[in-house]
Amino acid sequence: MLLALPTLVPLVTAIVLHLLPHRSRLLRVVAFAGSLGALAAAVSIFVRVQQSGIQVLQVASWPAPFGISLVADVFSALMIVMVSVIGVAVTGTSFAGVDPRREAFGYHQLIQLVLMGVAGAFLTGDIFNLYVWFEVMLIGSFVLMSLYRTRAQLHAAVTYVGLNLLASAFLLTAIGLLYGQAGTLNLADLARAWPARRTPGLDAALSMLFLTAFGIKAGLFPLFFWLPASYHTPPTAVGALLAGLLTKVGVYAMIRVFTLLFPDPTASVYKVLLVLSAVTMVVGLIGALAQRDFRRVLSFNLVGHIGFTTVGLALWTPAALGGSILYVLHHMLVISTLFLVSGLFLRQKRTTDLSALGGLYRSQPAVAGLMLIPVFSLAGIPPLSGFVAKVAVVAPMLGAGQYLLAAVALCVSLLTMLSMARLWEEAFWKPASVPSSSSVPPPRLGVPIVAPIAFLVSLTIALTALAGPVSSLTMRAAEQLLDRNAYVRAVLGDEVPRAAR
Amino acid sequence: MELLLAIIAGVLYASGLYLMLRRRLAQLIIGLGLLSNGSNILILSAAGVTRAKPPLITQGMIMEPFADPVPQSLILTAIVIGFGVLAFSLVLAHRVHQSAGSDDIDTIRTDRA
Repeated sequence: MLLALPTLVPLVTAIVLHLLPHRSRLLRVVAFAGSLGALAAAVSIFVRVQQSGIQVLQVASWPAPFGISLVADVFSALMIVMVSVIGVAVTGTSFAGVDPRREAFGYHQLIQLVLMGVAGAFLTGDIFNLYVWFEVMLIGSFVLMSLYRTRAQLHAAVTYVGLNLLASAFLLTAIGLLYGQAGTLNLADLARAWPARRTPGLDAALSMLFLTAFGIKAGLFPLFFWLPASYHTPPTAVGALLAGLLTKVGVYAMIRVFTLLFPDPTASVYKVLLVLSAVTMVVGLIGALAQRDFRRVLSFNLVGHIGFTTVGLALWTPAALGGSILYVLHHMLVISTLFLVSGLFLRQKRTTDLSALGGLYRSQPAVAGLMLIPVFSLAGIPPLSGFVAKVAVVAPMLGAGQYLLAAVALCVSLLTMLSMARLWEEAFWKPASVPSSSSVPPPRLGVPIVAPIAFLVSLTIALTALAGPVSSLTMRAAEQLLDRNAYVRAVLGDEVPRAAR
Repeated sequence: MELLLAIIAGVLYASGLYLMLRRRLAQLIIGLGLLSNGSNILILSAAGVTRAKPPLITQGMIMEPFADPVPQSLILTAIVIGFGVLAFSLVLAHRVHQSAGSDDIDTIRTDRA
């Protein structure tokens, strides 16, 4: 039952929100309470997984390969906790004000819907169910992106919708072919039945289809172009939600499906993934350096750092995979924080164009100081979490003898540093470029808008302080992922009928 | 039958992808529709086609071969999802047309940064 809560709580919250009278204050409180409830459920799942291993729920008590299983191992539990943390921060941001037109069109419900879809994708143990959760989350995000009708936003929404639907079609194709060969959709059952049935040709075709589908969602080179074209247009809370969660769902699904279904680390798909990850890092960061808009810089940084999160899968060692998982956690926190930070600028200056920003350090040094932490954590400056995560990713590369790859990753870290230093200098440090022409001073940034950012920043600090325990946790998650038998046993039990075929 | 279905699926995929590469929104949406129908047919044929055998068995009497109900339910789910998504994309395209006065992707663009 516990495992259903991360999806049920947002669903119930969304329904309640829909029935409530349209009073913004009330809606915001209920949405926030729902997110807190989801966080409580996520934390208790996490504790349960820590205490007694992989948790499984057979939905409606259908035995394993026939019904839908919900499965939480350490990796899923970690991701669920992160989703609900970001959910809390994003719904908390709405106290600082939401466009009333958006609110009337179901802004809060849609955010809950996206959170539900993401949580479902992290918990499901059924590959078709994974596709369905992808669609739930996509529909929510489609509507959130296109609720507003400026031209730039509409164009971004078209790009986003088109490319993501293409990815869904690829995913559906791969699932259909897989079912045709293996005769089951349960991931654990597939992990048991599929490797025996596969042929090299089918293996290559299916793995490439999955790589393309998840690669589009995650934002891998050369499939990422929709991302920087769309993430800078929606309101900041939505941007933070999408940037923090959606690409990571792609990464999660890639790691989950590939570790279970394609357990041969010498397969050519992993060589392709290795090269793509490295190129993604380089292209993303070079793109970031060319941008002049706060949120576009962030979008390209998001793309570049996806490379760090997929490279561990390509190397296929527990250490590398653990490093990548740690990187996912760190990156979810930091990139969401930074997208929320961009909301500060929209509020103060009505733009995120870097040349028009500046002067925040002078006017509000405390807030600017707070921002120093996510900016430099993303850059990977010791001792912040970005540094810990980068070490966890790069050290296994050296261990695996991938010196060229390690060199690329380190150079990219340097580029990130450059990009972030420039961001900080332009956005906070330099004097305000245009002395405010109107006599009214820009609004001061109050508690409601700073508090969610402070919350995420404090978690970044916690991640830094607890780097040891967290990295041993991600290491355990990686070992669990690479030990497919434990997953299969947990879901199917020891004695189960094979799926009828 | 399988060969015919495979050819149909292939044609639907090809024309869907071709339409998605065009510059007009209407063609993009038609392409998406064709693509999702292509994948439905692909699921049907990949899982094996049986003729006039219902996906039902009475207890104790398993008559081989009977149709596999799973792909049918997958396709049903995919059709429902595809329908919702298609409806949404049509509304989106309508909004774009309203605000930009054109459904050419290039003329919608405002940000050439």
